[in-house]
Amino acid sequence: MLRKGHIFKWYIGIFLVFLYAPAILLPVFAFNDSSIVSFPLKGFTTKWFAVLQTNETLHVAVGNSLMIAVTTALFSTLFGVLAARASTRFVFPARRSIMGFIMLPMVLPEIIIGVSLLVVIIQMGFELSLWSIILGHILICTPFCIAILSSAFMNLDQSLEEASFDLGQTRWNTFWLVIIPLVMPGIVASLLIAFTISLDEFIIAFFLAGTEPTLPVYIWGQLRFPAKLPSLMALGTILLVLSISLLLVADYFRRRGIRKTGIENTGGFL
Amino acid sequence: MTQPIIQLSGLDKFYGNFQALSQVDLDIKTGEFFSLLGPSGCGKTTLLRSIAGFETPSAGSLYIDGQSMDGVPANKRPTNMVFQSYAIFPHMSVAENVAYGLKARKLPKAEIKTRVTDAIAMVGLQGFGERASHGLSGGQRQRVALARALVLKPRVLLLDEPLSALDKKLREQMQSELRQLQRAVGITFVLVTHDQEEALTMSDRIAVMFDGTIAQVATPQDLYGQPCSRRVANFIGMMNFLDAKILSTSGETVDVDVQSFGKLTLPLGQATGGLEGCDAVGVRPEMLTILTGSQTAEREIEAVVSEVFYYGDMTYYDVRLPFKEESVTITMRNTAGRSILGVGEKARVGWSASSLLLLK
Amino acid sequence: MTWFQKWRRGEGAQGLFLISPTLAFTLLLLAVPLVMVIVLSFWTQDYLTLHRTFSLENYRTAWTEPMYQYLMARSLKISMLVTAMTVLLAYPVAYFISFRVSPKRKAMWIFLITIPFWTSYLMRIFLWKVILGYNGVVNGSLMGLGVIEQPLSFILYNQNAVVLTLAHAWVPFAILPIFVALERVDRSLIEAAEDLGDTKWRRFLRVTLPLSMPGVIAATIIVFIPTIGDYVTPRLVGGPNGLMIANMIELQFKKANDAPLGAALAISAMIIVTCVALIFIWLNKKYIREAK
Repeated sequence: MLRKGHIFKWYIGIFLVFLYAPAILLPVFAFNDSSIVSFPLKGFTTKWFAVLQTNETLHVAVGNSLMIAVTTALFSTLFGVLAARASTRFVFPARRSIMGFIMLPMVLPEIIIGVSLLVVIIQMGFELSLWSIILGHILICTPFCIAILSSAFMNLDQSLEEASFDLGQTRWNTFWLVIIPLVMPGIVASLLIAFTISLDEFIIAFFLAGTEPTLPVYIWGQLRFPAKLPSLMALGTILLVLSISLLLVADYFRRRGIRKTGIENTGGFL
Repeated sequence: MTQPIIQLSGLDKFYGNFQALSQVDLDIKTGEFFSLLGPSGCGKTTLLRSIAGFETPSAGSLYIDGQSMDGVPANKRPTNMVFQSYAIFPHMSVAENVAYGLKARKLPKAEIKTRVTDAIAMVGLQGFGERASHGLSGGQRQRVALARALVLKPRVLLLDEPLSALDKKLREQMQSELRQLQRAVGITFVLVTHDQEEALTMSDRIAVMFDGTIAQVATPQDLYGQPCSRRVANFIGMMNFLDAKILSTSGETVDVDVQSFGKLTLPLGQATGGLEGCDAVGVRPEMLTILTGSQTAEREIEAVVSEVFYYGDMTYYDVRLPFKEESVTITMRNTAGRSILGVGEKARVGWSASSLLLLK
Repeated sequence: MTWFQKWRRGEGAQGLFLISPTLAFTLLLLAVPLVMVIVLSFWTQDYLTLHRTFSLENYRTAWTEPMYQYLMARSLKISMLVTAMTVLLAYPVAYFISFRVSPKRKAMWIFLITIPFWTSYLMRIFLWKVILGYNGVVNGSLMGLGVIEQPLSFILYNQNAVVLTLAHAWVPFAILPIFVALERVDRSLIEAAEDLGDTKWRRFLRVTLPLSMPGVIAATIIVFIPTIGDYVTPRLVGGPNGLMIANMIELQFKKANDAPLGAALAISAMIIVTCVALIFIWLNKKYIREAK
């Protein structure tokens, strides 16, 4: 019994090392005073972060990515709210098939989505632009938003809505006064998740990027140049810290939502 | 009494092929405490929700206060509801919950404030107004739900199993408080419950429902004393049944041959659900007595005690009567000096023809 | 009230109305493009001119040319290996979180498992290159410890590296559904099995594992299907022998400029993985039924 428990703990420990290996190495090389990304380490420096500040192309790429991520977050959360509300509150014909179809991009290889959007845009005679990337990102982020928002809507006691209606409110006001405040934490979490996914997405962006690169497309281009690698490590570190902070904020809102509705905290994120 | 506050006639409700309500006719009087009683799935909640406007009946008419409710949504009806889960808005304080309906009616701020304060005081929650609602206990949540509905002065207050989530002690306390509150405000209360004791102690009148239909509407005393069928009798309290065969009827009386008891002549009034289809005689356990010493009764029969259940103030005996397979239950009050019989002892059981009901 | 008015007020209509924007968007940006890719795969292209006549030429090429057959087989093999490795790695972790971690800590553990996933996708793959490389972390440590004298060369730029890197990328996605399935297992069932005299292992094999199978299936699907479409990992760590079908699809759409062939390859790959996935689900259902 005791020995078996130990084996288990050893396994979990080794697994965590495997899981965290890249995430730990990223900041290590970001602060390493060497232009080659390899061991042994040379010394501490912050110069790779300084390099980032003066890189014009990088700034353009960051700007593009931020614009795409914000737009994607807004639209996919909007689509997510509609779909999650419809699927948790109403019974309608072919509900399971419709939901399955909308959730499909979650399991579809991204290359398929990238390729098919590329074909449509070319065949329709449109130009590739940041908007084509936004459309692709909304498509893949919406299922994640629905997954988060569905649990928020499902935790909502339907009699709350009926109570509001019974007390004389209209359906519209009920939605804004009761439903939205109670699912707000879910909405915030959905916005942040969609933002984070979009910011990091490469495959679709690579297929659909015209002349303007996004941040991951820019990184991809730089990976070929060994001299650029240390500053990419610094960039990766910043992105990692940013992602984790956003996730912590999202999780905070999710927990607050749970506390508010008085439901026991059982599950984790996603 | 003027016209009924709620009039239902021929109400049907189908969910696909399932019929939840079937030809329900019901009048509920102004100012009464009315209960819908039945086992789960009998349609009582569907009926309540139809009155509230959350379900649209498939057929039939529904009038509240003389107005047809056809096409009137829940937020335009003069009814308010206390939900089984209480449905207290978790993101609002107690006072905000109570003020919710008043704000929807766009009343002046000052009036809202006084009415909210009064309503909170009425349910005994003085000083709780600013409390966050998610920290409240079950009993407190229920009081908030009551205040929130009553502050709107509805014509009818609908209560959907409001006490089922509370523990026994609190439930009994809330039962008497609810009754007092109803008398104080004079509003018609319609209560849905599956607990017969709750319905008997609180209501002016009770409708017993089975399988989407109303089996009987009566006062608690009539329901217990004169149930209209074996099913109702069995649902409200305990009842012993003996097979019976109608021999003949003549004017005001009926001759029956009853298992164990023999041939009897009963007044027609004791066939509480009508004569048609009657095949049993019912008698409440407390209407039978076990005679001791020199006690005598109008009629007596020899029996053997097969099981004894001691409850402190009462003793329940299961006894075997001649010619009857299942045992019959008799409840006896444990008065001073009364000895308890043991299993296997012989007992003289006293009964009277006037306590028998002829049932279908 | 006519039936139409009744229907419009009913739940069904309201639900459909609410979901229609999302559904319309998905139809327009997923269904329509997929149909167009299918149509495109039946056209042909030489250099810049597109012939819009129906032809099975691309499929003939995709299914008969040895190079494509070989790539497809290799991709399937890698995807299967990745899936098996991911699920095997994930199950004990999910089991640990569900059964050994106190309920209060579970959310934190799940969070802990998902954090590395939020490292930039490209950076993560690139760092595996650093870890596994000739002068990398693994070789450096092993040589430092005196375990090996020459750096190991079989760990980078081959299929092993691709499998390892992809497994790392997908393992959080496998842990989550298995964890959810394990959480749903009624603990009293396991106690009942214990009460009825099963040993720990038999309890696990006869109760816990079959009941958590839906999670394993979900994990398999979630990992297996998207993995076939990854082209970044093979490009960065796969070397010449580690390339997969997605790299070929990308090549056809971009440099080789033969989109119809790329489309045929993409559709063929999707059909094959879907079939494999369906066979897997079917086998599983059969196994569970027989186990009962």
